[in-house]
Amino acid sequence: MKKKRNLMQSIAAAPHIAWAVLFILMPLFIVIYYAFTDADGAFSFENVTGLSEYASIFGLSIELSVIATFICLLIGYPLAYIIARSKPKHQKLFLMLLMLPMWTNLLIRTYSIMAIFDDGGFLNSLLGTEWHIIGTKGAVIFGMVYDFLPYMVLPIYTCISKIDPKMWEAAADLGCNTTRTLTRVIFPLSVSGIISGVTMVFVPSISTFYISQKLGGGTFELIGDTIERQFVSNALNTGAAISLVMMVLILISLSIMNRFGEEEGEVIV
Amino acid sequence: MNKPENDTALTPSDASGKLIELRGVSKSFDGEPVLKNFNLYIRDKEFVTLLGPSGCGKTTTLRLIGGFETPDEGSIIFEGKDITDVPPHARQVNTVFQRYALFPHLNVYDNIAFGLRLKKLPKTEIDERVHKMLDMVMLKGFERRKVSSLSGGQQQRVAIARSLINEPRVLLLDEPLGALDLKLRKDMQKELKSIQQAIGITFIYVTHDQEEALSMSDIIVVMSDGEIQQIGTPTDIYNEPKNAFVADFIGESNILDGTMLADCKVKFAGHTFTCVDSGFAPNESVDVVVRPEDVDVVEPGKGMLTGTVTSVTFKGVHYEIIVDIKGFKWMIQSTDYVSEGATIGVYIEPEAIHIMKKSKYSGMFGDYSSYSDELEELSNAEEEEEE
Repeated sequence: MKKKRNLMQSIAAAPHIAWAVLFILMPLFIVIYYAFTDADGAFSFENVTGLSEYASIFGLSIELSVIATFICLLIGYPLAYIIARSKPKHQKLFLMLLMLPMWTNLLIRTYSIMAIFDDGGFLNSLLGTEWHIIGTKGAVIFGMVYDFLPYMVLPIYTCISKIDPKMWEAAADLGCNTTRTLTRVIFPLSVSGIISGVTMVFVPSISTFYISQKLGGGTFELIGDTIERQFVSNALNTGAAISLVMMVLILISLSIMNRFGEEEGEVIV
Repeated sequence: MNKPENDTALTPSDASGKLIELRGVSKSFDGEPVLKNFNLYIRDKEFVTLLGPSGCGKTTTLRLIGGFETPDEGSIIFEGKDITDVPPHARQVNTVFQRYALFPHLNVYDNIAFGLRLKKLPKTEIDERVHKMLDMVMLKGFERRKVSSLSGGQQQRVAIARSLINEPRVLLLDEPLGALDLKLRKDMQKELKSIQQAIGITFIYVTHDQEEALSMSDIIVVMSDGEIQQIGTPTDIYNEPKNAFVADFIGESNILDGTMLADCKVKFAGHTFTCVDSGFAPNESVDVVVRPEDVDVVEPGKGMLTGTVTSVTFKGVHYEIIVDIKGFKWMIQSTDYVSEGATIGVYIEPEAIHIMKKSKYSGMFGDYSSYSDELEELSNAEEEEEE
């Protein structure tokens, strides 16, 4: 009986395992293979060691995505808080409004931002100004914030709405005014939501290439662009090496952040 | 006496001792009235219990005093000052919540120190007071434990310590023992009572458990349908229930229709009894209460009434006997065994008969014809789930 059940379980799990092997493990191994071989297929460290020339691109990518993530957090936390604390009826509406832009393709949305902010674009012709926005760091950061903000709001919203409503009352009962209830109780209790929000914004921001291409106006290159360029120009080995390094960097930063989150919990605990 | 008055047990002239007063408070949720023109005052240093079935408005009363709800009408007075619009954090009142509401991100020590840290007291003083509290609730050595790793009883103690460390004038307790098992409940009842006596502040305690109310309280406020049914000491409430609702809710009661023939003469169950109550109009219809433990089982013919035993249940201390007397099912508690189907006589002493005026609850309670333990448990479980 027990064995039969195990068999059933493995049958049920089979498609998922197949999927994971085909689309997660295999590609990963292919990337690793290309990263450590040269154009002739011989084992080589050169791809990885030669990456130092891309250091400034890595730096810029990290800078912009950190700023964008931070802005998302600044806007997203209060927004998530307000939604989570509003009436259930209104919550649905707010969430709808938040998700609505996500129904439009990211690329199309990015193009629309371009159309609005271009030198001869909608905004400038409307105001009769000659602001140069596209091609600045600000435009890229704006694009990241605009595209990825929902990914910050949703996990924080989920986290806050799961907090026992009695926590607000208990805090008030023990002498907290609204601000202190927020800083001493609600914020610490929503750290896990913040961590997933930060992750979900930071990762796509650091690896984006279309936002920097379209809104950066070709004036600067982010690591996503570099990877894309390598693959397009058939320099598979370098491309794979950069991808691998970035994956490792993201993994490291995520684990640091998770550690920080735990410590945050510990410190407050 | 259809309309319950609030001040029979407490003398209204004793104004000096009033700590909290609710004056003409009404509150409804979504058009559903929960409290109706509610008047109550509570004196300093008393252990007051708000007792009633779920939905009677007891928790709402507590939340109004705590400041978590504002009344639609009426006012809340604390030491002569109107605090109706004062937010919870500015009231000299602390609450122990039903499911404790401890802060999961803080350990035991930091939960208890929470209120004092807000007041920016010096570290040494906070430390000293937290340890005093830990001592009092017998949680020494638990300082660094996560609250989620504690048992229900331990969490309960943390919640009490977290409130009491702020030295409130009043501690509000919302069914604080509801989640604990019976043995622990009994222990915590004693402990709460002794804590209250030791620190000498007012406790306002909400429960639907009449036994808990009887064993802990100085004053019990029996509530139903958003109104006060009776206020009094546990003995008053048990021995002199004011209407059928109170008689039924507190303990077991046989409640019968009766007629007051004259002072100290009452007719019910087809027999004229001598009783000790007077002051009713001649031939006034009344509700008669006889507690099951006050009924004596005697040989058939030797008592005032005769009936047939329909069921006998062994309860440990006594047998619970249901007796059919002229179609009305009585509950009798006796240490003597009688067999099912037997014919027995029933003897009732004058002191065992309590007469009540008719009320809107007349006829609703006090007959054990549909009685079963199972039903009783079901209805108790329902009550506990809610609120």
